[in-house]
Amino acid sequence: MAEEMRIVLRNYGKIDPLKIDDYLAQGGYKSLEKARAMNTADLIAEVKKSNLRGRGGAGFNCGMKWSFAAGAQADQKYVICNADEGEPGTYKDRLIMENDPHTLIEGMAICAYAIGATQGYIYLRGEYPFLVSTLNTAINQAKEKGLVKDFDIEVRSGAGAYVCGEETALIESIEGKRGEPRFKPPYPPSEGLWSKPTIVNNVETFANIPVIIEKGADWYASIGNPAYPGTKVFTLTGDINNRTFFEVPTNTTIREIVFQFGGGVPGDKKFKAVQIGGTSGAFIPDALLDTPVAFDSMSAIGATLGSGATFVIDESRDIVDVATRIAGFFEHESCGKCAPCREGTARTAELMEKINEGRGSNKDVALLEKLGTVMSYSCLCGLGQAAPAPVLTTIKHFKADYEAKFV
Amino acid sequence: MMDYKEIIAQYDGKAGGIIEAYHALLREFSYLPEEAIAEAARVFKLSTAEAYGIATFYSMFSVEARGKNVVRICESAPCHVAGAADVVAALERELGIKMGESTADGKFALEFTECVGQCQATPVITVNGKPYLDVSPAQIPAIIAEYK
Ligand SMILES: Cc1cc2nc3c(=O)[nH]c(=O)nc-3n(C[C@H](O)[C@H](O)[C@H](O)COP(=O)(O)O)c2cc1C
Ligand code: SF4
Ligand code: FES
Repeated sequence: MAEEMRIVLRNYGKIDPLKIDDYLAQGGYKSLEKARAMNTADLIAEVKKSNLRGRGGAGFNCGMKWSFAAGAQADQKYVICNADEGEPGTYKDRLIMENDPHTLIEGMAICAYAIGATQGYIYLRGEYPFLVSTLNTAINQAKEKGLVKDFDIEVRSGAGAYVCGEETALIESIEGKRGEPRFKPPYPPSEGLWSKPTIVNNVETFANIPVIIEKGADWYASIGNPAYPGTKVFTLTGDINNRTFFEVPTNTTIREIVFQFGGGVPGDKKFKAVQIGGTSGAFIPDALLDTPVAFDSMSAIGATLGSGATFVIDESRDIVDVATRIAGFFEHESCGKCAPCREGTARTAELMEKINEGRGSNKDVALLEKLGTVMSYSCLCGLGQAAPAPVLTTIKHFKADYEAKFV
Repeated sequence: MMDYKEIIAQYDGKAGGIIEAYHALLREFSYLPEEAIAEAARVFKLSTAEAYGIATFYSMFSVEARGKNVVRICESAPCHVAGAADVVAALERELGIKMGESTADGKFALEFTECVGQCQATPVITVNGKPYLDVSPAQIPAIIAEYK
């Protein structure tokens, strides 16, 4: 039986987030001190060896990313925390920032030392205005105690655009522009904010860092699935008994998430499908529930781990209606910079509405499949590439529900 | 009320500060008046078209006058299946306007939003950014009354 294990939520409910002394009493900022006593190459090697992979969706090796920025020559470098958290169903980064802001600041400060940055930004989604003062209080406390010398952090607010979670769009937004993704390469570790080397990491990624430094890379690498070690915070929504959150090692299976931790589907209803990774994730049927949640295991079944948002629907739900709503989300959130996504999300939404209203046929489904496949490789950024996943996977696993709506 | 010029001036010289300036304008006026956008363009050394392009890109900004208290309801999938449509109906009934409209007295604006990150307690509405959780249609009159 899988058990909860709290690394990034280790202080949840145990400390007053607005009191730095509470954090210090739990050993806070000791890792920063330890990191500063190491030479930066060793520090980055340690993070690399832990095999910590990004918790924001793409799953890139964190230490590797840091090594690119550390190796870049520049008069100025930046550390950015991606706190945009726009994926529907996700609120894990809020939990971390609300309950333990110092762990984020400590993680960012360790990164700044490792790559040689003096300025940091927390890009906080506009929907969390109440967190601005929590974060600023924590930053000021750390400054006053002289714990984060030579590293300034500024909080910048987003203004309601899902695409701004994409790292280059986020950078554009901090620069005061429309949040449209950039062509890559160059990648941010070589040319990011104001064309300077920049590390963008997710809140949960940074929150892992102090513990990795404290307990060591080998300890961390041995937890969960070796290819994507550590823990993951999950948030559960939809038709599930426990609409809650928890943190588990990455070898936990989807079935354990839904039935053991989530307590299964309420009432006498049967489970129908689960979507993991938020609205851009695949819908997964019962037959695939024994898959471990780790990044690569999920990829192997055509799904994603993403943010860890888990949305369950029971047999009474109209999955075509849900997928239609999701198609509307992508049409609304496409930034419009590239044609495959701008046109593709609009056409997908149109076709889904047609089918959902009972005016569709097999021809429309075939069109959706073709369109989705083209979008998945031709769109400029991950938004357009992932947008077809909910539609394509519901067609794949729940074709009968579509057919039931045909004229 | 603070003048829009004074508000924008506070962010003069701040790299990328136009979005922060727009947030500040929003707190005062609830939308971005045309002359404020032109002023922001001047201060941040952009063309008016660029300043306008930024104002229209982000869903929290509005370039049209709207009610002072912005009521938003989440329509993302978790809130959708939790009964957001019934809450929409209750809001429209209570305020006597449709989604996307503002009340004639200029007190309220009603808008859809995507997920606001409070999905542990769906459906969710926000008023001026403050979240209300597990909202039922019956609670709507009391919530609105707080802002009257
Ligand atoms: C459309 C889109 C939205 C994204 N939203 C987020 C987000 O809200 N938070 C986040 O950390 N990463 C998000 N990402 C992933 C980031 O681009 C980037 O991979 C991540 O911030 C890197 O940090 P990590 O390596 O710590 O995961 C998004 C990507 C795309 C394509
Ligand atoms: S894929 Fe969509 S969101 Fe991404 S750049 Fe193209 S239009 Fe914008
Ligand atoms: S889905 Fe509505 S608040 Fe997240």
